[in-house]
Amino acid sequence: MSALLEVENLAKSYGGVHAVRGVSFALEPGEVVALIGPNGAGKSTCFNMLNGQIRPSAGKVRLDGHDMTGLGPPEVSRLGVGRTFQITATFATMTVRENVQVSLLAQAGRAFSPWRRLAAFAVDRATDLLELVGMAEAAARPAGELAYGDLKRLELAIALATSPRLLLMDEPTAGMAPGERIILMRLMAKLAKEKGIGVLFTEHDMDAVFEHATRVMVLDRGQLIATGTPALIREDATVKAVYLGEGLLYGEPGP
Amino acid sequence: MSLLLAQFLAGLASAASLFLVASGLSLIFGVTRVVNFAHGAFYMLGAYLAYSLTTHLTGPLGFWLGILAAALLSGIIGGVLEILLLRRIYHAPELFQLLATFGVTLATQDLVILIWGPDDLVGPRAPGLTGALPILGQFLPTYDIFLIVIGPLVLCLLWLLLHRTRFGILLRAATQDREMVGALGVNQKWLFTSVFALGVFLAALGGALQLPRTAVTHGMDLSVIVEVFVVVVIGGLGSVPGAFLAAVLVAELNAFGILIYPAISLVLVFLVMAIVLVVRPYGLLGRREGAARAPLGALLRPWRPLHWVGSLGVAVVLALATLLPFGLGRYGLGVATEILIAILFAGSLQFLMSVGGRASFGHAAYFGLGAYGAALAVKWLGAPMELALLAGPALAILGAALFGWFCVRLSGVYFAMLTLAFAQIVWSIAFQWVTVTGGDNGMLGIWPPRWAARAPTFYWMTLLLTAAVVLGLRHLTFSPFGYALRAAWDSELRAEAQGLRPKRLQWLAFTIAGAVAGLAGALFAFFKGSVFPDAIGIGQSIDGLVMVLLGGVGTVSGAVIGAIAYKAGSIWLLSQTDYSRLVLGLLIVFLVVLFPKGIAGSLQAAWLTIRTRRPKTGPGA
Repeated sequence: MSALLEVENLAKSYGGVHAVRGVSFALEPGEVVALIGPNGAGKSTCFNMLNGQIRPSAGKVRLDGHDMTGLGPPEVSRLGVGRTFQITATFATMTVRENVQVSLLAQAGRAFSPWRRLAAFAVDRATDLLELVGMAEAAARPAGELAYGDLKRLELAIALATSPRLLLMDEPTAGMAPGERIILMRLMAKLAKEKGIGVLFTEHDMDAVFEHATRVMVLDRGQLIATGTPALIREDATVKAVYLGEGLLYGEPGP
Repeated sequence: MSLLLAQFLAGLASAASLFLVASGLSLIFGVTRVVNFAHGAFYMLGAYLAYSLTTHLTGPLGFWLGILAAALLSGIIGGVLEILLLRRIYHAPELFQLLATFGVTLATQDLVILIWGPDDLVGPRAPGLTGALPILGQFLPTYDIFLIVIGPLVLCLLWLLLHRTRFGILLRAATQDREMVGALGVNQKWLFTSVFALGVFLAALGGALQLPRTAVTHGMDLSVIVEVFVVVVIGGLGSVPGAFLAAVLVAELNAFGILIYPAISLVLVFLVMAIVLVVRPYGLLGRREGAARAPLGALLRPWRPLHWVGSLGVAVVLALATLLPFGLGRYGLGVATEILIAILFAGSLQFLMSVGGRASFGHAAYFGLGAYGAALAVKWLGAPMELALLAGPALAILGAALFGWFCVRLSGVYFAMLTLAFAQIVWSIAFQWVTVTGGDNGMLGIWPPRWAARAPTFYWMTLLLTAAVVLGLRHLTFSPFGYALRAAWDSELRAEAQGLRPKRLQWLAFTIAGAVAGLAGALFAFFKGSVFPDAIGIGQSIDGLVMVLLGGVGTVSGAVIGAIAYKAGSIWLLSQTDYSRLVLGLLIVFLVVLFPKGIAGSLQAAWLTIRTRRPKTGPGA
């Protein structure tokens, strides 16, 4: 049986700069995997190759054994990959509910439909998704005037709208208040557990990483330097050196 | 061989002025992100001022002083214009700046006629450069050789200015990142003013230098601005060397096109531009422009279907419109029909702009294709009106689908320029394919059948079609397709991540807008009984933009209100004054400054403010 996501020797270079070189890993359904690494390690490039925004220079990406290397974002989305962005991408001129409704169109094959109004389309499903992320109260508000934490939650609802089997989350809690972070990360863990969604996320907040990830991968200068359980990674000497920095290990009791 | 060389040199000479104007436009765009439509007007102003100055200042020194003074004077006028007008609207969407500078162009056309009269003027020859030199048996005017030298000379001077002076360094820095330059404590205001003045100076110099070569006319502004747009887009907006390269390319294409096959010369240039843009979307030497300004979308709030008061209002207006023939005479009804057609045309562009997020500068192409499609069906196939009204939009759909496929691949200003280029291709085909389209003489005798020939009947038919189509477009706005389109515009990144395909959606929207514009064109053909190339002209495209922007992007009613206000206003002005363009131009300028959201947009904003009774906090407020 093949894994949900299989990445094989993925590489991207810009001229002489090797942003990502030879990254391979697999991800099973229900797994929550954190991809960490210092700034410029190639995390976002990796993400962008996985969802088709950037064409890899080499390597293969398979979803459920289906080769999706080189496909564009719309095709990757249709195969069952949802994504949130480091800087939230939502539809600013629409209300919160419309944001979710419009996100459901492509999969329902109604993106080109001139019939009836969007307002009447998939109202229940949109409401369910908004309730899931705790945004149902704000359904009628314009997305353009939401606070950033709310935008992050809305974006998660949007990403979930396509019923993804794999969810790519680029810094899901960046810019959120501490309380909100915890709620969002728990939600993410719950989704993975209950619905069997595979989650791959990047994060700078190490508390979040070590608490919620079932597995952690460390990327440095475009290469995976360590993979393992949070506890293992926490103690890994190489990781300490290149990433966490000597004497600055997060989570260790202070002097 | 010698003929080819002579033609090549003549092309180089023509390139000089083109380069001067284009480099000015490019510099201004690079720093201020304003596409200065009035650049052609300043080119013309430079030529007129040079005419007056050189006829008064005699002697060799007087001539050259006159040319230089004309350019300097224009530069000062440009600087004043920047201070008085553009400074107020830098933060409006870029289309509004284009609209405002178009208003300036209109006003200048009449001002020039007021001051210098309507006749073509022939200035003095350049002293000392009146002869011709024999080159390989062909005679080349000495003045042309002078121009051939001037082009590279100005290029070198500009290069020195940009790379060897503090001003130039600031200028290049501002081109890359305006905000950062401002944050570093540079007075942006004066930087912008001086760049604008410099750009205008170059344009006026280009115009003034044409004095010994061609007559000064009051139509030279529009003809040059189209060519310069093409040059700047081929070369890459914001790139001075690109402007030079492209100016030479375009001028040579013109020179040799005429030699090979005169009829194709107009099409050739635009074809090359289309190819360049598809292969290199940002021009030969251009770079992707930074998102320096909030897109049009940032001004929009969530769309709402009409309040019941609004629906009632629409019903009342429609009822009144239906009763109009009982209260209006033949002339009034004619005006009303023309306004209806304008509403249809503006509505189609409105759909493309406020739902599709794409501002076409060549929407007249599809209006024209509709008009010619109908006329050709009548003339060559003997089709009745009922069929011709289908044939028109059908041709428009073909054109829009073909051109749209290329256009939606580009964004922002480049999209606007490519649509303009395609419109000019259509225009030149209509203008030059005399055997089929009648060329400049147009096609006559396109009359409706007897049942629709009476003015009230034709009015009612137009009203029915217009109302049905506009309501249909409105419905489309709120349909899944309409939302998917807006999603693609709001955030292409997000839309694609949800499985939507922005380019396909926009392609379809482009084609729908083309079809509706085509219907407007077909109706127009039967309304006037004739079709002329004007129907595809820049004027028609700009009319559409003005109507939409006056009404306000982001409201369906905006196109209707804008079309009524603009069309009625311009027809009334034409009957009241000989200087309608002056009044209209100034009016546009004032409206843009006073209502940056357009008439309907501002009304809506005011209504929302009253209703919610709280200070505006929305984006773009």
